[in-house]
Amino acid sequence: MTTDLRTRYLGLDLAHPLVASASPLTGNIDTLLALQQAGVAAVVMPSLFEEQIEHDAMAAHHAIEFGAELSPESSGGYFPELDRYNTGPEHYVEMLRQARNELRVPVIASLNGTTVGGWTRYAQLLADAGADALELNVYLVAADVTMNSMSVEAQYVRLVESVRATIDIPLAVKIGPYFSSVGAMAQRLVDAGADGLVLFNRFYLPDIDLDELDVVPHLTLSSPGSIQLPLRWIAILHNRINASLAASSGVHDATDAVKLILAGADAVMMTSALLMHGPEHVTTVLAGLQRWFNDRDYLSVAQAKGSVSQLHTPDPVAFERSNYMHALTSYSPSH
Amino acid sequence: MTKTRYGVATIDGNEAAARIAHKVSEVIAIYPITPASAMGELADAWSADGVVNLWGAVPEVIEMQSEAGAAGTLHGALQTGALATTFTASQGLLLMLPNMYKIAGELTPAVIHVAARAIATHALSIFGDHSDVMAARPTGFAMLSSSTVQEAHDLALVAHAATLRARVPFLHFFDGFRTSHEVATIALLDEDVIGSMIDDDAVAAHRERALHPARPVLRGSAQNPDVFFQAREASNPYYLAVPGLVQAEMDRLAALTGRQYHLFDYWGAPDAERVIVLMGSGAGPAREVVARLAANGEKVGVLVVRLYRPFGTAEFVAALPVTTRSVAVLDRTKEPGAVGEPLYTDVVTALVEQCPEMAPRVIGGRFGLASKEFTPAMVLAVFDELAAPQPRNHFTVGITDDVTHTSLAVDRSRWQEPDSVKRAVFYGLGADGTIGANKNSVKIIGDETELHAQGYFVYDSKKSGSMTISHLRFGPDEILSSYLIGEADFVACHQFGFLERVDVLREARHGGTFLLNSPYGPDKVWEQLPVEVQQTIIDRRLRFWVVDGARVARESGLGGRINTVLQTCFFALSGVLERDVAIAAIKAAIAKTYGRRGDVVLQRNFDAVDASVAAMHEATVPASATARRHRFSMLTAGAPDFVTRVTAMMFAGDGDLLPVSAMPVDGTLPTGTARWEKRSIADEIPIWDPSICIDCGRCALVCPHAAIRMKVYEPSALVGAPNGFVSKEWGDKDLPGHKMTIQVAPDDCTGCGVCVNICPAKSKEQVKHRAIDMAPKLDHLERERTNFDWFMMLPELNRRALKLDSIKGSQLAQPLFEFSGACSGCGETPYVKLLSQLFGDRILVANATGCSSIYGGNLPTTPWTVDATGRGPAWANSLFEDNAEFGLGMRLALDAQRSEARRLLADLAAVADPDDVATSGITELASAILDADQSTEAGIIDQRELVAALAARLANIDSPMSRRLATMVDHLVRSGVWIVGGDGWAYDIGFGGLDHVLASGRDVNVLVLDTEVYSNTGGQTSKATPRGAIAKFSASGKTTGKKDLGQIAMAYGNVYVAQVAMGANMTQVVKAFTEAEAHPGPSLIIAYSPCIAHGIDMAEQMAHQKMAADSGYWPLYRYQPAADIADGHGFQLDSGKPKIPFRTFATSEARFAMLARSHPELADGLLAQAQHDIDNRWQLYEQMVGLHRTAMADDTDTEAETEAETKARIDRTVEQ
Repeated sequence: MTTDLRTRYLGLDLAHPLVASASPLTGNIDTLLALQQAGVAAVVMPSLFEEQIEHDAMAAHHAIEFGAELSPESSGGYFPELDRYNTGPEHYVEMLRQARNELRVPVIASLNGTTVGGWTRYAQLLADAGADALELNVYLVAADVTMNSMSVEAQYVRLVESVRATIDIPLAVKIGPYFSSVGAMAQRLVDAGADGLVLFNRFYLPDIDLDELDVVPHLTLSSPGSIQLPLRWIAILHNRINASLAASSGVHDATDAVKLILAGADAVMMTSALLMHGPEHVTTVLAGLQRWFNDRDYLSVAQAKGSVSQLHTPDPVAFERSNYMHALTSYSPSH
Repeated sequence: MTKTRYGVATIDGNEAAARIAHKVSEVIAIYPITPASAMGELADAWSADGVVNLWGAVPEVIEMQSEAGAAGTLHGALQTGALATTFTASQGLLLMLPNMYKIAGELTPAVIHVAARAIATHALSIFGDHSDVMAARPTGFAMLSSSTVQEAHDLALVAHAATLRARVPFLHFFDGFRTSHEVATIALLDEDVIGSMIDDDAVAAHRERALHPARPVLRGSAQNPDVFFQAREASNPYYLAVPGLVQAEMDRLAALTGRQYHLFDYWGAPDAERVIVLMGSGAGPAREVVARLAANGEKVGVLVVRLYRPFGTAEFVAALPVTTRSVAVLDRTKEPGAVGEPLYTDVVTALVEQCPEMAPRVIGGRFGLASKEFTPAMVLAVFDELAAPQPRNHFTVGITDDVTHTSLAVDRSRWQEPDSVKRAVFYGLGADGTIGANKNSVKIIGDETELHAQGYFVYDSKKSGSMTISHLRFGPDEILSSYLIGEADFVACHQFGFLERVDVLREARHGGTFLLNSPYGPDKVWEQLPVEVQQTIIDRRLRFWVVDGARVARESGLGGRINTVLQTCFFALSGVLERDVAIAAIKAAIAKTYGRRGDVVLQRNFDAVDASVAAMHEATVPASATARRHRFSMLTAGAPDFVTRVTAMMFAGDGDLLPVSAMPVDGTLPTGTARWEKRSIADEIPIWDPSICIDCGRCALVCPHAAIRMKVYEPSALVGAPNGFVSKEWGDKDLPGHKMTIQVAPDDCTGCGVCVNICPAKSKEQVKHRAIDMAPKLDHLERERTNFDWFMMLPELNRRALKLDSIKGSQLAQPLFEFSGACSGCGETPYVKLLSQLFGDRILVANATGCSSIYGGNLPTTPWTVDATGRGPAWANSLFEDNAEFGLGMRLALDAQRSEARRLLADLAAVADPDDVATSGITELASAILDADQSTEAGIIDQRELVAALAARLANIDSPMSRRLATMVDHLVRSGVWIVGGDGWAYDIGFGGLDHVLASGRDVNVLVLDTEVYSNTGGQTSKATPRGAIAKFSASGKTTGKKDLGQIAMAYGNVYVAQVAMGANMTQVVKAFTEAEAHPGPSLIIAYSPCIAHGIDMAEQMAHQKMAADSGYWPLYRYQPAADIADGHGFQLDSGKPKIPFRTFATSEARFAMLARSHPELADGLLAQAQHDIDNRWQLYEQMVGLHRTAMADDTDTEAETEAETKARIDRTVEQ
């Protein structure tokens, strides 16, 4: 028999749980079409970065002004005034519109803001451009040692509330795992208006160049078998909070996807594996997913979803245990 | 002019003329030259934006390789039936002359718009006078002169209209800078007016005459003595018709616009007895004076010439009041040896011809050369002279001529500007946005109010730390004052540091307002002012306001750009507009100026506007000046007489006061003067930490300003060193037991930071700390000043001991190029300085016009200098286009004199009598000199000593041969010729000559400082500009690839060629210089020179050079001509295989990145093509190497690692 893979994520009906997450592949219409062709159920566009927009606009402005008035012979500056600079969100919005027009699958826009005004302004813009849903890519490194966790969390909540108040389309919040209490935070975000949570963000992390002794930003692609962090929290949150859950980080093959679905994910997002193997990798994973469920005679994904979540596993404590405890007890002859 | 709000614009003269030219042309050939460049830039930008001409077509705009090329293209386009134009000035116009004769000889309608400028004679000047247009008098072009921005607009159209009807081509000119760069409120000609003026039938007739195979004709024949003369006279009727036709066009324009012009326009008393005749912007002050004097009943007038050629003698005389008894003709040019300047002789001839019986007395005078001020007080002086019983002829006005006593005395106090005109003066730092904001203010007032507005902007001659002064006038009537403001109601100083150096209150009138951008608040600022400033504020009862513009700008997210803040404060204080109206207008202007750059830019500027007024405070002014600090003198003690007497006046801003006798008669100036001018412009300077220094010398090598020095000396030299003078053990085994010091010149450093970025020695404890670090100057100034003075007294090492072909060795040689006014962090000057260190004591430098001739030779001071013995580079600039030939001439002269000196010496030796005291031993000395090996530094030093001995001996030998030899004895020591210039010269305008000189096989060395654009004129495209970069004239990215100049030179086979980039491989640079100098034939070094036109942080310029090489965009190589090497494989690649994609390099520079952002698809295509170019070229170069050689050892460069190559490949794939 063929298992029905359909799922609902953020209130959107998806053909199956596999979603292409934000990456260069989702920022280009050709690769977006290739992803759809390969069978992806939805796409999340790369983030519109408010900070980047501001940086680009000011950089272009400074470049044009740079050197102007330096001497009587170069009084007009060193660059021609261009007819457009594309430093604003227009390019992104245009890409979103194009994606919305040319794709059958839902298109989820993603936004990373820096100011409350920016978050709401751009959220509105993306909603108006036809995004099926909006994912807030919240990225805040609280490097200020005087800023405590409560104020950081309050900032997240305010931000979600203000965006929620601005737009009507479904809203997901993508967060990192670094909260003292991930569960409570998840609940607060849902209370603030999030329709779903994406667990978890992978950040650019600093590295040190040993030749130059410089600090360099580093983004490593995830490696297969690294889904455990989202697995834990999806399993814990499943059916505990009233929101969609999407797994992100480390999904490379069908078995990863199956595990996350069993833990309770409504959608399973892929990035690194698609970058490594190309959009057509979706077809392989989807086939594997279908096969796994078919082989075990599941009627539907809905049936399997959360079946091994913390609420539904015989060993709920397993999701809370540290590895150390687990390792010790598994070697204990008395177990 | 009656001002109507409809169709008013506030623009400069260049734009005024260019708008018409673009509107009525189909083909526009351009080439950059100051002050006309903007006309070409605007035309190019409009066409790039799709702006159409009168007939709905987008004019074809093409940049040529020179003005000669532009004129040729113009000629061809005209002959083929297009309506065509060009823009130029000065030498550019001279290059067009041959074609102008042809165009006129063929009776071809055309207009050339000229921003009239001085011609280089004893010196170059970029400023305005009529020397250039006067040189075009005999070409057969009609010449039409505009004296205001409005006229530059109106008469441009008259010229285009008249040429079509007359068939005689027109040169339309207006004064460079004074009119071309003056921003003024004018009434625009709308398209209907332009359309009504252009005669369709005349256009059709022009097309009918065009070359076409459908109706073939021949033009440009060669004619014999039998007919040439008659044919030359055949066009006479056309010239005779021109004055009438021009007047008809002027009348037509008057009917359409109400603005009436005449061939000669007269203002003043109808019964005037004294009349001044002149043309150009000098008409402004003359009209002002005449209006005031005539109103007081004085019988004076001014006659302004508009159509200068053909000169309508009858119309001229008719325009002059019959009561005229004496006429002063003022020429803005000088024609040495003539009976008088051109306009004067024309007027004399006209009067003699037209009224032989009763011609008034005529005197002629020169004024305003190279934008010398021409003021109402000078006009008064001329009228006074006309009233004298025996007025002086051939006078000058505006200078003090104490040599031939031509100058008229001028009393400035006799003229006050009317109170109805509000005047404001602003002191800004070059590139801080002051001028842009002021242009905006002029536009706001000009466009939004009933007032007329005028803006004029003065720059100093330096490119780093330079000062700009904006002069703004606002008044109810047309503003004719084409001269700087003498008394200002409002003075703003946008840079606090200027108070220390400049008398910014010079123009402040009694009771005026002074606005200071100050980090100190209203209660604290007073004590920070020099006493001179305090005293002036008190004496003139100035209202004194402060604003912390930097803070407001920073808090608004504008970084260091204070212009919006200060502009808002000006409006708030000046009261020209209601405050709310002003703020709304400023915001509207910001939206208009920056609209395309995005909401973020607008919002931040709006925020700054909103925060500015609240941040502005009136400061308390005590009753007396209390400061003990005085204004800082830029002149250092101990300067030589010429510097103290003459140069110091110039850098203090008082050059106008220097009399004729102070100036050299032939333009010859001493070198070594930059060291006396202490500008102290850096906020932060590099401070050395010897504890971690590794003695590598790179900081000194890369310093663009020679402000970081390295010396190695005996420990005993430290006796008596000032406290705080720092030194360390010298680590090199060649000079054991020596000490070394890295020393900053604190007042000469520009704070660019290139040294810090290149320093490889990082602290083990804190990597941010290097052996050289930037620190606040004021914390170190006193100590470093003392240290630098001491350092300079430390002995230089003997050049015999230096390993000059290494980085360290070269940096132990004294730089003979120091403290130039180049842009902070300049990419060119490190090469020039290195050249001076390696060979400075024995070279002649031929320098093409461009940045290097400006920072190298623009007064007041020159960075070229001398060593302790007085030796140093001899430097000269001829022109832009001829530099290679100029250098070749030097070589030929050196060779001729050397060869003659050798012959004479051999002859002298042959006849020397060993028994004669005077000549004994000469034979041996001659052999030693004639056989000397001068291939090494030591050999040259030895030879110099031998030649000195010979010179001493010659003084005692009384023979014609000896005396002749004595005049050229120095040529027995080897001298080198270095031909230096930028890419505009080498790739474009001077390429033909360069090619010829390289082909000559003579021993010259060419250094191309390749910035990949015309840097000096503001960043226009050259053939060195890379594919995919934006530059002026390539607003949508250059679509063609960079010319491979090295390949062309290598094709000769006997030319040494090296392509170098200091930041990529310093050792290779030093090697290339020494090899080039050693090569006995022509050598070419193409040096990658980052420029502010690349849109990079200049502090990082060396890293950009490395990326250029790492990407394969700028491969490093050296090509030894076959004759120089044993194995026949002369081509050596000195950089490793490309290890980063071109895109990675390109997107780190705004010149490429801006295109990638503004036109991503276009940029993608161009960058991919550029990558393809690189791959192709690299493959070719590898083939040229024959066998793969490893890169030259340089510890800044490592071999490409497999991992890095893999990463590059993946990056490329992902980005594609």
